[in-house]
This record gives sequence, C-alpha cells and structure tokens, in this order.
Amino acid sequence: MKHFDILVVGGGHAGVEAAAAAGRMGANVALITMRRSDIGVMSCNPAIGGLGKGHLVREIDALGGIMAEAGDRGAIQYRLLNRRKGPAVQGPRTQADRKQFRAATSALLDATPGVTLIEGEVVDLSIKDGAARVVLADDSEINGRAIVLTTGTFLNGVVHIGDVSYPAGRADSPASQRLASLIRDHDLPVGRLKTGTPPRLDGRTIRWDDLEKQPGDEVPTYLSFRTAKTHLRQVSCGITHTNPKTHDIIRANLDRSAMYGGHIESVGPRYCPSIEDKVVRFGDKDSHQIFLEPEGLDDPTVYPNGISTSLPEDVQLDYVRSIVGLEQVEVLRPGYAIEYDYVDPRALTRGLMVRNLPGLFLAGQINGTTGYEEAGAQGLMAGLNAVRYVRQENHAVLSRSEAYIGVLIDDLVTQGVTEPYRMFTSRAEFRLNLRADNADQRLTEKGRSLGLISDTLIEAWDRKRGMLDAGRDALRARSLSATEAASITGGKPGPARRSLWEMLGQTPLDELTERGVEVPQEAAPVIEFLAAEALYEPYIERQMRDQQALQREEGLRIPADLDYDTMSGLTSELRSKLKAARPETLGQAGRISGITPAALSLILARLRRRQAIDGLAHSA
Amino acid sequence: MLDQALVLTFPQGASFTGEDVVEFHTHGSIAVIRLVSDALSRMEGLRPADAGEFTGRALENERLDLTRVEGLSDLLEAETAEQHRLAMATFGGDLSNQVSSWRERLVQAAALIEASVDFSDEELPEGLIEGALSEVTALKEAIRSELDGVSARERIRDGFEVAIVGAPNVGKSTLLNRLAGRDAAITSSIAGTTRDVIEVRMDVDGLPVTFLDTAGLRDTDDEVERIGVARSRARAERADLRIFLGSESEGVERRPGDVEALGKADLASVFDSHALRVSGLTGQGVEELLSLVSNELGQRIAGTGLASRERHRRALEDGLVSLESAMTRSAAHIELIGEDLRNAAHALDCLLGRIGVEDLLDKIFSSFCIGK
Repeated sequence: MKHFDILVVGGGHAGVEAAAAAGRMGANVALITMRRSDIGVMSCNPAIGGLGKGHLVREIDALGGIMAEAGDRGAIQYRLLNRRKGPAVQGPRTQADRKQFRAATSALLDATPGVTLIEGEVVDLSIKDGAARVVLADDSEINGRAIVLTTGTFLNGVVHIGDVSYPAGRADSPASQRLASLIRDHDLPVGRLKTGTPPRLDGRTIRWDDLEKQPGDEVPTYLSFRTAKTHLRQVSCGITHTNPKTHDIIRANLDRSAMYGGHIESVGPRYCPSIEDKVVRFGDKDSHQIFLEPEGLDDPTVYPNGISTSLPEDVQLDYVRSIVGLEQVEVLRPGYAIEYDYVDPRALTRGLMVRNLPGLFLAGQINGTTGYEEAGAQGLMAGLNAVRYVRQENHAVLSRSEAYIGVLIDDLVTQGVTEPYRMFTSRAEFRLNLRADNADQRLTEKGRSLGLISDTLIEAWDRKRGMLDAGRDALRARSLSATEAASITGGKPGPARRSLWEMLGQTPLDELTERGVEVPQEAAPVIEFLAAEALYEPYIERQMRDQQALQREEGLRIPADLDYDTMSGLTSELRSKLKAARPETLGQAGRISGITPAALSLILARLRRRQAIDGLAHSA
Repeated sequence: MLDQALVLTFPQGASFTGEDVVEFHTHGSIAVIRLVSDALSRMEGLRPADAGEFTGRALENERLDLTRVEGLSDLLEAETAEQHRLAMATFGGDLSNQVSSWRERLVQAAALIEASVDFSDEELPEGLIEGALSEVTALKEAIRSELDGVSARERIRDGFEVAIVGAPNVGKSTLLNRLAGRDAAITSSIAGTTRDVIEVRMDVDGLPVTFLDTAGLRDTDDEVERIGVARSRARAERADLRIFLGSESEGVERRPGDVEALGKADLASVFDSHALRVSGLTGQGVEELLSLVSNELGQRIAGTGLASRERHRRALEDGLVSLESAMTRSAAHIELIGEDLRNAAHALDCLLGRIGVEDLLDKIFSSFCIGK
C-alpha cells in the first residue's frame, strides 16, 4: 500500500498545477490519472491565454506554476490582445502545438520533486479525520491525508453528436461514472452543464490561398516571466466566414441537432455558443467569422474556432464544405457537445475545500468553470491549500484586489455558477492594478512566503524589483519646470515643477519621447512597465482609499435584530452563517469564514440605510 | 369587548412593509386606544413600533428605495401645495425611476465599452465606443439639467428666505406684521426699533417663504444696534430674495429678481417713481408685492426636476464629474472610460442600489453575437 501526503485525482490542467504546487511545497504527491498520456492534453482549442485568461496564466507563472512555461515551449503564434488599448486590459495569447505543449507539461511535471504519476481509474475515495483513501479499478489502494479532485468533464460525461449519445469524458476517453455516483453519495450539490467543440479539419484539404491570414505579433509577448526566447517556428491562422448557404443547411437540420432536437437540457456558456445557437439567436446575421487554427507544426489537424456543433456527422460535413476555402475539406473528427456534472462551488471554502468534507479539495471544470487557465489557477490554489491543510495551517487566500485568481475563486464560492464560468477583465473591479505585466510584482513574494517559489526564481524576481525601484526613483527625481512641462504637453504652465513620473501619468510615453524628453538610463529597460504604473497610479490610489474606507467600517456595530433573510444578494449559505454567528461588528462579520467583500458591502449598505432611516426619523 | 372595529389584513408581499400586516381601525377615544394597546402588548412577541419602523422595514425589504423614503418623509412634513407636489412625486417614485433609467442607460453604455475590451478579438458591430460615448453625452446633459434645479427644489423643502431691507424707519416691521397678520415685530416711530432679525413663515401661492424683518441699515454708535445691523446685512445677503424698501441699498447688493418698493405709501405725498408703493398699515400694494415675490420664486422652481436634497446633489455631481472625465479620454484608454462609467454608476447607485458586474455581462450577451 502506497502512502502520500496529497492525492491529486485527474491529470488535466487543474490536476497538473495542483500536483506541481504541492510538490514545490515539499509535499509527497500522487497524481492519479486514467492514462499517463492525458497529462497536458488540450481537449478544446489549441490556445493558451487571452483577455482575463492571459492574466490568469501570468499569475499562475508568478506563483511558480507550469502552464505559462509549457505554453511558451509549445507556442506557434503569439498575439498580445488589445495591443492598442491600455496596458491593464492587454492579454497575452498563444496558439499551441498540442504535442509540444503536452510534452512540455509532462516534462515540467516530471521535473517537479515529490510528484509520482499513477495510472488508473479511481472507483472509490474516502476522506475522514485526516485520512484519505483512493481505490483504483484494479483494487489497489492509495493512501494520503488530503485529496484534490480535478475530474473536468469526466463526471457522468455524455457526448452528443446529433441523436447519437454515449457516455464519455472527452471524445475518446471513458467517463467517470463511478466517481460521479460517489460525489452524489456524499450529498454534494451537483448540477449539470454542457460545452461543445467543433469538427477537426484536415489542413491539407483546406484551400489556404483563398483565405485571409492572421499572423502573430512581430515581437512576441511571452506567457512566462521566465521565457527569454521563442522555441518553435511561428505560423499564421486562417480566417474564413460562414455564409447564407451554411446557415440554410444548419436551419434545415436543426431538429437533428442534439441541442435543438431536445437531447440536451443543461446550460452552455453564452460566450461560446454553438453554430446552431448563433444561427438561431442572431438570425439577422448572414455570416460569422471562423479562425482556422493549426493544432501543430507537424500535425495537419486544424481547429475551426467559431463553429462548435452537436449536429450529426453528415450535416457537419455538409455545412463545413459550404464555407469558402473548405469546399473540399475532410473532417478528421466530428464536433460534439458534452454534458457533465459539476459541484456547486458554493459548497467550497475560499481555499477550495469541500466545507462538509474537510480534506477534500475540488478544482477546475468540476467547479463549473471552463478554460485551461481557470482550471490551472484553481488547481494551484487547491494544491497549495491541500498541503496547508495537511500541515494544519489556515487557508491561503488571494483577495479580489490582489489577483484575478482571487476574483475567480471569490466569484465561484460566493455566487456559484449558472453557466460555465470564464474569466473576463470586466469581472475584476481592480483591473487597473491587476495587470498581466505586474503579476510577478503582485504575487511572487507572497508565493515565496507560501513555499511555492524556488530560491533561483526569487533571485531573478528580486533583480527585476530592484530595476523597477531604481527606474521609479529616477523618474520621480527627474523634474521639469512648469514651463518646460507645459511646452511638452501643450497646455498652460502649472504652478509647480513636475516630475517625469507625474508627466507619464498624463502624457503617453511615445509622445514624451517624440518631444525630446529623455528617459533616464535607470528607467529605460523597464519604462513601459513604469509608464503603465504611472498612468494608473491615481485611479489605483482612489480604489485603495475605497478599500481602506471599507476597512475603517470594521468597528461599525451590527444591530442584533439585523434581518439577513431579507437581504437580497446574500447567498443562503452566507445567510445561515451570519444568522448562526450573529457578528456584533462589521469586522467580526468579515472574519467569519466564507464571508466575502461583496457580502460585507451588502451588510454595510444595509447598515447605512438604517442610519439614513434613523436620520430621517430624528429630523422628523 | 373593547370596541367594534374594522380589521384589515395584508398578506406578505402585499403590504406596505412587504411583511404580514394586520391593521385595527378602532374608534379613537383614549380609553379604546389604551385598552387595545394593552391587550396587544400582553401578547407574546408584540411590541409597539419604533418611530419610522414601518418605513424602515419597507426600505429593508426593498419595497421602497431611499429616494422614495425621503419623499415619504417630505410628504409627512409638507405644509404647502408645492412641497406636497414635490414630495408626492418623489414618494411616488419619479426620482427613483428617473435615476434608475439613467443607471440603466449607463450600464448599457458601459456594456458597449466592456464588450470592446473583453471581446476585441471577436466580430463586434462597428461604432460601439462612439455609441457609448454619445449616450454618455446625453446622460451628462440630463444630469446637468437635473442639477441646475436642485438648489431651488431644496428651497421648496426648506423654504425660501425673503429679506425686507431698507434704511431705519421706512416701515419694514409694519410690512412684516401685515404679511404675518399679527404683531410679530415691535413697531414704533423711533428709528432703530428692530435690533434683531425677525422671521415670519408663510405660504405664498404654495411656496414656503420665510420673510425676514431686518434692522434698518445705518451707521450707529449704539453697540447693540450695530451688531443688529451687521447681522441683518449678512442675512439679507444670504437670502434668496430681497425686498428693498426705499431706493437706498444701504450696502446690500441688489441681485437680479430682487424687488423694489416704496414703503409707508399711506404717508407718501407725491413721489415721482414707478416703484410699487406699499403700506403695511393700510395693506396698500401688499397683494402686488406678494405676487411679485411669488412670480420670481415660481420661475426659479420651474422645470421638471426632482432631486431636492444635498445628498442627491452630491451623488449627481459625483456622477457628472465621472461622465465628464469619460468624455476626455483618448480611444487608446478605453479601460479608463470603463473606470469612469463604473464610478458614475456607483454614484447613481448611492442614490438607489448596487451595480453587479453580472448586469454588464447580461447586457453584452443579450445584445450581440459573441463567441467562438
């Protein structure tokens, strides 16, 4: 019988980051997956990063995780999204060579100390009084002290293609039905979601010459802070569009779609609609864009991003061939929709532990999210907190003002999900500070204190911080007279001298340099970073003041008769916790486990309204 | 038997507070009320309501928002027809509806901005940002015009002040007493009789107006009178409107809309003046004077605005500043426009409720075809 500290079940992106994080912290980890070759598999589109998602990848990287580095090793195209918008909302994105990404993920995991890979299907698991046990299909038993469950779409997964459906976790992998019934036996709140994927095309049968090309950036923006060079040959994606004929074919066959034929009841993501959905919901549009994304340098498979479907195979072939450039295309694998179980994440603590089953942690799609990046981020936090649990330490939690990871987990455990949850920059109220470019400055030191970061990494980070500090000082020290400043900005001279730092807050860097402003030598290597910081500083200060104001409310008394039942917006769990604990001050309420800033501000608003009522009563 | 009474029950969700409510409409004698109250108090779980408690519960149960509660409070205090009109409109939800609809439009505009940020890689319709900004411009104008009338509407709630100003012994106090219909101020033929500022509150065509009788303005060696004169000047300067009796301004600035009249019309022989002549003693010209005052104040409250409190003003001003800031951004900093709109919505929420990000996403998804 084998014994470990942490048992990670599932080898997807959540499982990999969970195992790697626990391993970095010095724990003895077993990563149990159905097949060794599943490690690092991208089951949907061959891309890492994007808006919100690129931010998450950088944060995983800043905490020592694997995804960003593997993404760079597999990258065959780099694009910084929103390049022409402000730095806070720019997100790095790569197209990945599937095979290379998988190999890199595997290699990086192998290089992590303390992680043992075990192949097998988990058929039973138990967790009680700090003893965790997992039984595999071959009756072998693995013991540990905490479990991280990352089963993706494998829980009761059912694949639908037209009116054909069969149980599966992915197109070609068995589903975990026995695990699903275990979850249900443990009385966890379970719901059902769906997602879909498009048919895969044979790139050798696409008429590329007829298509518009989307090349990558000339200067790549790497996913990892540690990446210094481009590893692979870079390629372009193709762009094509559906047309009225495509839509006619889809409309004529809607009743054969699993979605519209009544085979699927669960909720899919609104921002990743199937092509059936697009044709039905946006009937006035007679064309939708499709990105043709190569899945690898030596792999002819092409991922047509934008046409996920659950129509029967013959219809898929029909409508795909109605599209410009795809007239003679061969479909390598049909698209499908998949339904799966997820656990309502409101049953979790902010450390991603099942509240009623201490020692059991959940991460990834099992919590109702979608996306590799969302999964990886949760995996990292779950692995971290599993180790802390075993070491009898408190949960480590990132706040909403600290990281997208904090936003992600806070949203999940307080709001739950109504559709597969995907990250957006607009979900982060502190997004001006939560930039992809400063993820390491925000998180690496904290990661170090949590034991996630190696000495070598912290040295590199420390050097960078030193450069940033020196650059900042130099910009603050270099001051311009009021007249000089005005001649550059074109306005009226102000009353005082202004530092280059202040100028950067109002005038874009390239305008300043165009007008002959010289960037001090110390700041030059990091000037883009510092320009972003200077630009957002006033806003961030304002936001921080708001935060502090909230903290000052800590001492505010909560009347004993405050009626939590009538506060709309409070989840039933928080409500019952508050009713049970009856905190006397706002500060006490904040320290109840699971109480979120959002919940606190609800209570605060209620207290304020009561004060306003009292004010009216007194003035009357 | 305590009484024969009407008993009304309102089930949860259909009452003023939103809770289960039973009303006893008893006869009004002290004995009946006391006996019924005592009987109810003896019952388990019952206690007399605190002041404003029912309204408070209506607010907490989200049956009313804060502006409507404020309107109700104003309604309970309304003395004049204009106060009643404003209070009823606010209590009825006009202000709340107005601000909610602005907030709705703001969320819509913010959704366009956020869509351009988070879905820049998708096929978005042209002109999203321009559309958002033109909506912001319209909202800015609407809020600005609402703000324009706040001071006047605050006066409807708190009352206008009209100061009667003039040299000593021109008949100011006599005029005030005539307006009041009683001897509010001591009058005598001795100049400098009025030493302090005397106030009389009146209903002038539905407007609450406080008339101020002030000490006659002159240089004097009498220390008490001198203090009175200084105080009078200050109050007169601060007043919403001044009635100058006599042609001398006596160091008080005349502003547009101020009324000029000649006092002691009963004594006046031949004055070659077009000024209105009034007499507090006989009442001559007093009606005309009041209608001049009423017309002037009436013009100031013209318009359809509803915001009438300092709290409203602050929130609207905060919102306006953010919207103005949004309009100055370059297209390269769309995320700052987003931040400005967030702040503006927050300001409107301070009047009403809260903004959730999910609101934004709902808007985005219902409007466009997004996704791959």
